[in-house]
Amino acid sequence: MSATIGLSGAGLAFGDRVLWQDLDLELGRGEFVAVLGPNGSGKTSFLRVLLGRQQLSSGALLTGGGPLGYIPQHRAVAPQTPLRGRDLIRLGLDGHRWGLPLGTRRIRRRVGELLEAVGAAGYADRPLTLLSGGELQRLRVAQALAADPAVLLCDEPLLSLDLHHQKVVAELVDERRRTHDTTVVFVTHEINPILDMVDRVLYLAQGRFRFGSLAEVMTSASLSDLYGSPVEVARINGRLVVVGAPGAHDHGGETTV
Amino acid sequence: MTGDVWQQIFSFDNYGELLVLVQNSLIAGAVLGLVGGVIGTFVMMRDLAFAVHGVAELSFAGASAALLLGVDVAAGSLVGSIVAALIIGALGVRAKDRNSVIGVLMPFGLGLGVLFLALYKGRAANKFGLLTGQIVAVDTVQTGWLVGTSAVVLLALAVIWRPLVFASLDPDVAAARGVPVGILSPVFMVLLGLTVAVSIQVVGALLVLALLVTPAAAAMRVTASPLRVTLLSVAFAVTSVVGGILLALGGSVPISPYVTTISFTLYLACRAVGGARATRRVRPAVGSA
Repeated sequence: MSATIGLSGAGLAFGDRVLWQDLDLELGRGEFVAVLGPNGSGKTSFLRVLLGRQQLSSGALLTGGGPLGYIPQHRAVAPQTPLRGRDLIRLGLDGHRWGLPLGTRRIRRRVGELLEAVGAAGYADRPLTLLSGGELQRLRVAQALAADPAVLLCDEPLLSLDLHHQKVVAELVDERRRTHDTTVVFVTHEINPILDMVDRVLYLAQGRFRFGSLAEVMTSASLSDLYGSPVEVARINGRLVVVGAPGAHDHGGETTV
Repeated sequence: MTGDVWQQIFSFDNYGELLVLVQNSLIAGAVLGLVGGVIGTFVMMRDLAFAVHGVAELSFAGASAALLLGVDVAAGSLVGSIVAALIIGALGVRAKDRNSVIGVLMPFGLGLGVLFLALYKGRAANKFGLLTGQIVAVDTVQTGWLVGTSAVVLLALAVIWRPLVFASLDPDVAAARGVPVGILSPVFMVLLGLTVAVSIQVVGALLVLALLVTPAAAAMRVTASPLRVTLLSVAFAVTSVVGGILLALGGSVPISPYVTTISFTLYLACRAVGGARATRRVRPAVGSA
């Protein structure tokens, strides 16, 4: 299992606020890592570090080369945006190249394949502004896959999706991992939609972190120690429920992590 | 009385002779429509309609300063435009900041312009022209520099086209894919500044939006295909300017009201067509639910 991306002795601080430090991790091919933690714990900054868009305060970013795929959280598209589903995917293929988007048969075929891969062929020609959040997120997965990435970085891609689409989008990401050995880093508030996919968990809180398998990190003892106050972790009907994590959930009052 | 007013607005006496006189204006108008229609689609995508207005007011200030100092008006408006575009680009990275920066900048630019014009002792038509556009048959448009500047803008847009679309839709994803998002934004603002500066020569500072926003906004009502939006937007903008010049020829009114009326009419028509389509699209979905 060769490493695709990693950090060595990495730390990130804004002013005197330390988000995390002494973070060592190496992610292997095909590994699925969930990044959890309360808002403001540095989850998104962690992802920006991996993307090379955020400088570390200390330590180093280790990259194995190869393109990164990035799936953002769902945001509505500005009204009247003159783009359709297939145009969004095409941007992932050649949107970073200079020049006009002249059509070639090869590009059109590739866009068609990606549309099929995420089950979005049915609305390929619909304006982005008329698509639902779930439909848009499928397209964004396909857009990220267009670069044929070795590592997929997902920044809360399930946020504000309904349960059905949370499952669909998570499964698309997992399918890519299984078929292409793509490493997945998945930042999320809600671990349950990806519970069966996760190999390891990075839990950020209180300027510290826990990194290890689900069984190691997601326990009452481990999270109580991390937060420095009593936290209860329970498995109920196959769902993981965390009770008592301070400041962990400022959206919706949901008590699961 | 009523007849006189109509005579001022629409008059086609000696039309053939006039047409020859305004040949340059027609070429300039067509080129302007082309560049305005193209850049308008990006103005819409990047939500910069208000910025266009802000740049135009500063451009007006630059032009009136040039008029007062007796130097080249086109150069003055160009300097004003570029300065405004760079300030808005630098201070207003996020949309919310941007609108307040523009709101602060715009009255200042307009005030400066009014000051310079008040001090200017030359012909009144020159003053008025900067704000509301030229009277075609009187002032010669500097076709050469207009066409040259437009060519530069179009060429630059062609080069940055794909990354600019990507960065306009989703800057984070574009940056992750390696698009130099941070550089594209000021580059686009300079191109916008250049376009505003040439547009002001024909339609005036107050009415630039009719050229840089209305045609693209109209096109986006009827299609979401990026190619068709661009083609339609260009077609609408060229029709507005060239049509405006042709209608204005005989009258003694500036061309801008003709241009704005044509582009507004096209927009209304596109809204109607787009609205009718949306209704058709919704109906079967409701029926099957």
